[in-house]
Amino acid sequence: MRETLPDKVFDQADDVTLVDLPADELLRRLREGKVYLPSLAEQASKNFFRKGNLIALRELALRRTADRVDAQMREYRMDQSIPQIWQANDRLMVCIEPGPEAEQIVRAAARLASSLRTDWLAVYVETPALQKLANARRDAIFRTLRLAQELGAETATLSGISIGQMLAAYARSRNVSRLVMGRPRRSLVARLIKPTVADELASHAKDIDLYVVGRDIQPASNESMRDKGKAAVSLAFQPKKVSSRHGYIWAAAISSLTTLIASFLVYRFDLSNVAMLYLLGVIVVSARFGRGPGALTSLLSVFAFDFFFVPPKLSFAVSDTQYLLTFIVMLTVSLVISNLTSNLRYQAQGATYRENRIRALYDLGKELAAALTSSHIIEISISHLSGVFQSRGVVLLPDSHERIRAMGSGNNDTTQESVNLGIAQWVYEHDEEAGFGTHTLPSSKAIYLPLMAPMRTRGVLAIVPEDPATIFLPEQRRLLDTFVSQIALALERVHYVEVAQDALITMESERLRNALLSAISHDLRTPLTAIIGIVSSLKEQEQDMSRDKRQELIDALYGQAFRMNSLVTNLLDMARLQTGKVQLNKQWQILEEVVGSAIRTMRHALEQHRIQVHLPHDLPLLQFDAVLIERVLCNLLENAGKYTPAGSHLVVSAEKRDDEVWISLADDGPGLPAGMETRIFDKFTRGEKESAKPGVGLGLSICRAIVEAHDGKIWAHNLPTQGAIFTFSLPAGNPPAPQDPEADLLH
Amino acid sequence: MPEPIANIVLIEDEQQIRRFVRIALEREGFHVYESETGERGLIETGTRKPDAVILDLGLPDIDGIEVIKQIRTWSTVPIIILSSRSDEHEKVKGLDAGADDYLTKPFGVPELLARIRAQLRRRFFAGGSSGDGIYRFGDVVVDLPKRLVLRGTKQIHLTPIEFKLLAALIRNLDRVMTQRQLLNEVWGPAYVENSHYLRIYMGHLRQKLEDDPAQPKYLQTETAVGYRLLSPLK
Repeated sequence: MRETLPDKVFDQADDVTLVDLPADELLRRLREGKVYLPSLAEQASKNFFRKGNLIALRELALRRTADRVDAQMREYRMDQSIPQIWQANDRLMVCIEPGPEAEQIVRAAARLASSLRTDWLAVYVETPALQKLANARRDAIFRTLRLAQELGAETATLSGISIGQMLAAYARSRNVSRLVMGRPRRSLVARLIKPTVADELASHAKDIDLYVVGRDIQPASNESMRDKGKAAVSLAFQPKKVSSRHGYIWAAAISSLTTLIASFLVYRFDLSNVAMLYLLGVIVVSARFGRGPGALTSLLSVFAFDFFFVPPKLSFAVSDTQYLLTFIVMLTVSLVISNLTSNLRYQAQGATYRENRIRALYDLGKELAAALTSSHIIEISISHLSGVFQSRGVVLLPDSHERIRAMGSGNNDTTQESVNLGIAQWVYEHDEEAGFGTHTLPSSKAIYLPLMAPMRTRGVLAIVPEDPATIFLPEQRRLLDTFVSQIALALERVHYVEVAQDALITMESERLRNALLSAISHDLRTPLTAIIGIVSSLKEQEQDMSRDKRQELIDALYGQAFRMNSLVTNLLDMARLQTGKVQLNKQWQILEEVVGSAIRTMRHALEQHRIQVHLPHDLPLLQFDAVLIERVLCNLLENAGKYTPAGSHLVVSAEKRDDEVWISLADDGPGLPAGMETRIFDKFTRGEKESAKPGVGLGLSICRAIVEAHDGKIWAHNLPTQGAIFTFSLPAGNPPAPQDPEADLLH
Repeated sequence: MPEPIANIVLIEDEQQIRRFVRIALEREGFHVYESETGERGLIETGTRKPDAVILDLGLPDIDGIEVIKQIRTWSTVPIIILSSRSDEHEKVKGLDAGADDYLTKPFGVPELLARIRAQLRRRFFAGGSSGDGIYRFGDVVVDLPKRLVLRGTKQIHLTPIEFKLLAALIRNLDRVMTQRQLLNEVWGPAYVENSHYLRIYMGHLRQKLEDDPAQPKYLQTETAVGYRLLSPLK
C-alpha cells in the first residue's frame, strides 16, 4: 500500500467529497477488477485490502470527514453569532518519544489542536540515553518531528537529562497549557522504582493539563520497513561517540593501572585511602569514554580492591564484614560519579554544537550586514551555505518581469545546471518550498526555498545537499530556515537602499529639471516678449514711425531672434550630450582650421572685439570631433563677446605641454567674479546672478561635457594683469605619420 | 553685373519658410515655383527649366537625397539644400549626391540671396575663370594653364598636390566641395578615407595664400563637411 497522501492535502482541501461504500462492496469491486488490474487486485486483496483494514479505513475516513463537517458547522455558527473568544496564548505541546506509535500520537495531537483551535508544538527531548539509540530509531524520531511540522506544529529539539524537567520548563516558557504524550509502557512496579515522564511532569508542572494518548497494540508495520530503507543515514552534529569497545578496553587498562599503583601505596597508606585512588580512575574513564566504560571501571575497581587488597588477599572472600559497607559505598559513589561526569560531557558537547550553530549564524549575519549589493549577498550566502550545510547553493532572483533567473556573479555554474528555473519560478510564485524532501517534485536534486522577507518574497534559494539526510534534521532545518530569512532580509535591505538611492536621484533630477524649466522659461520668454512687442508696435504704428526708429526696432527683432536661436541650440546640444547619444566623430584635425571656422561662425557676435590668433606652426595634428570642438570655441568666444566690453582684445592661443595640447582664450575684460572659477562650468550657474545678459548658464557646461568626452579638461582663472583666461586641454595622442612625400611626386 | 531674370524652384514642406523665401526672392526679381513635396518638386524642376533649386532635405514623401540624385540624372542645375543644424552627415550625403551648397536653418535672407547669386554666377560663367584660365582673389593670381601662382608680384611655389587642390577648388568656385569629393579628385579614389591629408594640404595652401591663415578670407572650411573657395566680394 503505497498510495498515500500527506494529511496536509486533506486539511488544506477547499472541499472534500466522501465516496462511501461498505467494505464488502469494495472487495467485490476489487474482485471484479474495477479498482486495479486483476493481477494487482489479487495481490492487493491479500495484502492491504483485508476486510479488517478496510473497515478501519472507512471509519477513519468517516471520522475525518465528520470532523471537517463539524468544523465547518462551528465556523458557520461563529460567523453567524457571537464570536467565541479563544486564548491565543493557549498552546498545546506534544512530547515525542521514541517508538513506533510516535506518529500516531502526533496525529492525535494535531487533531486535538485543530479541534481546540490552538497553536501546537512538537518537542523531542534528547537525553543521553536517547542519544545512544540506533540511528534508524533516531531517524524515525526526526521523521515524526517533520511530520508534526507538516501538520502545522512548531518543532523543537531540547537536550537535557530529565525529560520531565525539560518539558515542564519549555512548556512554561512557551505558555503551553496542554501536554499530549503517549501512555507509558512500563508496568506499575517499574513505575514505582523509576517514575515515568508523565509522573515527573505531574509533579513538576501541576498547572499543565496532561493528555495521555492510548497506544495501538500492533505497531504500524510500514514503519519498520521505512526504517530499513534509511538505516544507513548518518546524523550531522552527533555528539562524538568514541568506539565503545575502545572505551571498555581503556576501562580495564585504567583499573589495572590503578591496582598496580595501589599495590605500591598500600604499604604506606591506609586501605580506605587507597580505595579513593579507584574513584579517580572512574572519573577519568567516564569523562573520557562515557557512562558504560565508567560503570565497568566502577565494578572492576570494587572487584580489584576486594581481590587484591582486602584480606584475605587474592580471594573474593571478605574476612571483615565492615568492608562490605566500603564496597557498597564505593560502588554507589563511583557509579554516581561516572553518571554525572558523562552527563557533563554530554552537555558540554551539546553546548559546543549550539555554539557552532550560533557562530555560523552570527558570521553570516555580520557579513550580510556589510553587503551592499545583491550579488555580494549572493556570494556571501553561497559560501556560508556550502560551509555550514555541506551543500552547493544558488540564489535566484527575479528580474523586472518577475521571472526568476540566475544571477551571473557568485553562483557556481555546475550548481546552476542541477537547478531547474521552472521549479524556482513556482516556488517564487507560491511562497512554498519544493524539490528534494518536500511534497512538490521531491525527485529533483535540489531543495528550493522561497526567500521570504517581511514585505515580499525576494527570490529563491536552491541548494543541492551533498548528504541529503543531514539537511532534514530539525535543528539543521531550523538553522537553514534562519539562514534563509537572514538572506531574504539582507536582500530586502539592499532593495530598499536602492529604492532610496533612486528616489534621491529622482529628486536631484527633479530639482535640475525645475531649475532648467525656470531658466528656460525666463530665457525663452524674454526674447519672445521683445519680439512680440516689437512686431505688434511695427504692425500698429508703422505709419507713424520715422525710418530710423523702424530700422532700430527691426534690428532689435533680429537680435532677439538670434538670441533665441542660440539658446535653443545650446539646449539641444545639452540634451544630446546628456542622453549620451552623441557619438564622437574623432578625426585627426588641424586646430587652426577649427579656430578659423569658429571665429567665422561667431563673427557677428564679435564685431566689436579684436581677435588675435597665435597658434604655433609646429602644433601636431589633434584627434577630436571638429563639430564639437568648434562648438566649445564658439561658446567660449560667445561668452567673451558677452561679458567683455566692446573693443576688448581676445587672444586665441595654443601650446603643446608634454602629452597634451592646451588651447586658451584670453581677454582683457573685467575678469571672473572671485570664487566662481570652477562653478561657472556647472549647469545653470552664471557668473553674474540675475544678470541682464542673456543665457541660462549652459554654454560652459556644454564646453565641459564636450572636453571631458575628449578626455580633456577645462578650467578658467583670472589673469594677473587684467581679464580672464579659459583653457582646455586635449590629449596629444599619436598623430599619423605625415604623408609620404612620394605620394606628392606621383602626380 | 546685370543678372537675367532667373527661375527658381523651391521644394519645402513648411509653409512659413516657403512664404518668406518666396517674398524675399520675388523682391529680387526671381520667378519662384513652389512645391510642397519631392514628387511635385521633381515635376516642377523638369518642366520649369529652373536656374537654381532650393531643396529642403526633410520632405514628407521622398528623401531629399533621392530628389538630388534624380535631378542629377538629367540636369546640372545648381541645387542649394536646406538642413537643420545637427545633421552634418546629411549635408555631406546631399553634397556628395550632387548638391552645390547648403544653408543651415535658421538662416537670414541676405545669406540665402548671396548663396543663390553665387550659384547663378557659377552657372552663367562656368568654371569661375574669365575664360582665359586666370583667376584672382585678394592679391593672389592663379594662372591655371601656366600652372603659375603669384601673390602680389612674388611667385609662390606650390607642390603638385597643392596646385591640383587649388585648381579643383577654383573649378568649383563658391561650391562646397566635400572632403570625399576633393580627395577623390586630387589624390584618387583610393585615398577618400585619408581626410587628414586634405587638412594638411589645405593648411599649406592657407599658409601660402592667406593673410591670416587662422581667419581665412577665401579658403573656407565647412566644418565636418568640406571646403569652399569663396569668390572675392565685388
